[in-house]
Amino acid sequence: MSFEVLEPGMLALVQDAGRHGYQHMGVTTGGPMDEFAFFWANRLLGNDLDAPQIEITFGRFSLKANHEACIAITGGDLGARINDQAIAPWRTHHINKGDRLDFTTPVSGLRAYLAVSGGFKPAMKLGSCATVAREGLGGLDGKGAKLAKGDTLEFEKNASFVEAFLPEPEVPDYQQHLRLGVIPGYQYRSFSIVQREKFFSCDYEISQNIDRMGYRLKGDAIHSDLDGIISEGIAYGAIQVPKDGQPIVLMKDRQTIGGYPKIGCLSALDAGLLAQRGPGSSVSFFLSDVAEAEGRRMLFNQRLKTGAPGVR
Amino acid sequence: MRIESVNENTCMVYFGDQIGAESAGLVKRATDRLRRDMSDLIVDLVPSYTSILVTWDLEQADRFAIVRRVRAAIDSEDDGSTEGDSARIVELPVYYDREVGLDLEDVCEHAGLSRDEVVRIHSEQLYQVYAIGFAPGFAYLGSTDERIAIPRKSTPRLKVPTGSVGIAGTQTAIYPSCTPGGWQIIGRTPQKMVDWDSDSLALVQVGDQVRFRAISRDEFLELGGNLDEL
Repeated sequence: MSFEVLEPGMLALVQDAGRHGYQHMGVTTGGPMDEFAFFWANRLLGNDLDAPQIEITFGRFSLKANHEACIAITGGDLGARINDQAIAPWRTHHINKGDRLDFTTPVSGLRAYLAVSGGFKPAMKLGSCATVAREGLGGLDGKGAKLAKGDTLEFEKNASFVEAFLPEPEVPDYQQHLRLGVIPGYQYRSFSIVQREKFFSCDYEISQNIDRMGYRLKGDAIHSDLDGIISEGIAYGAIQVPKDGQPIVLMKDRQTIGGYPKIGCLSALDAGLLAQRGPGSSVSFFLSDVAEAEGRRMLFNQRLKTGAPGVR
Repeated sequence: MRIESVNENTCMVYFGDQIGAESAGLVKRATDRLRRDMSDLIVDLVPSYTSILVTWDLEQADRFAIVRRVRAAIDSEDDGSTEGDSARIVELPVYYDREVGLDLEDVCEHAGLSRDEVVRIHSEQLYQVYAIGFAPGFAYLGSTDERIAIPRKSTPRLKVPTGSVGIAGTQTAIYPSCTPGGWQIIGRTPQKMVDWDSDSLALVQVGDQVRFRAISRDEFLELGGNLDEL
């Protein structure tokens, strides 16, 4: 069973939940930039939650179905169409042999997730297929390549079609102004009260300089009392402040250690919301705490278990 | 020891504020114990110079439980089970020559020493693996003798050949793969530092010690060394 990639677009990557357990060797995790969307795509299909999917950034991705299948699309609305008929995200769809699936251009959000019933079957490298080009790991052949024209996306024999969807009120609105809670930590105390006030009152603009490693923001420069720190492990969502004072939120392909001061960290779910915003969008921050982040994540994990209409 | 929350499933364990053998020893010992006692909960550990970043499975433990478990693991009495490999020394053959040591002359000039002296000073020291990062398997080793210390290159190279041995400040490292980099390159090892198809994966770990052994051009080639730029 397979799909064939007709157009890879700007960036389409094979991703699972990430390559965990190798960061002590300097190997980053990779994995979905938007965990909320990724996990729901697998859940709608009744897949293992970490089953491999395709993460499509910006759209312009097309494939042809060599076999019929049940798919789910979540995340950003990239104008998906089956045989030129618009289809809605956050639900399952049946695709017939010979059908063409296109992701056109972003309507809302930046990254879409395409899951197939049973999951795609790429090569596994260090226990994961998460594509990290910089490290030459993951992807279809395990060597870190993004998807290219002519690639074959294999999957297990398809299950029968089940209509499942995420209820509308739970679908994230990626166009809403983004205001994210920061968990104070790391070198938070090395930022004076004036610097913190500046950080929490500024509307930062998402710069052109965004990728799977980090989101560089533009706005009021903030400065730590520390020039540099002894290099230490960097968590997903950590907010690093280099010498120029412009914060960088570190994402899934971040380096494992680094020596810049960090003012705190986002929760994984909040980092995922940021990952759906592109250059020019704005984001502001408020002081939150780890209890709030923990509680929200536990609720999300519980919510995933409960399922959704149609989910087995 | 200080344990601080970072995010909902990550915390930081700090062991001191100074780079050195003492912190490195504590980090190594704690890393071994966390692996031994908490493999059921831990998703990832990132040991570095003076700290360990711990990511755990939130489905199994909340932030209070994890602090208790980390303290219990690190404070537990020695039973000898993790002490055996604490003194692992890895010897790395290095071909020190202008041919592959792209900055060897600059280092000699900066130090005011001959090539032989620089090589002797670099290879007679036993180095501690303080941290791994930047790229997979890139090990930060310290500390070099002050006499051969040199700042990073003002303009980093776009491609540093695989196996290159470099110096930056009083740190030294081997480039396990061809990446951009600004360290001053003094030689090259024929030894593969990472091999994702082997069981060992990476040759050195945080807490290991490394010694360099100067080898000839012939031996470099015999050991499978590559003289090409990349």
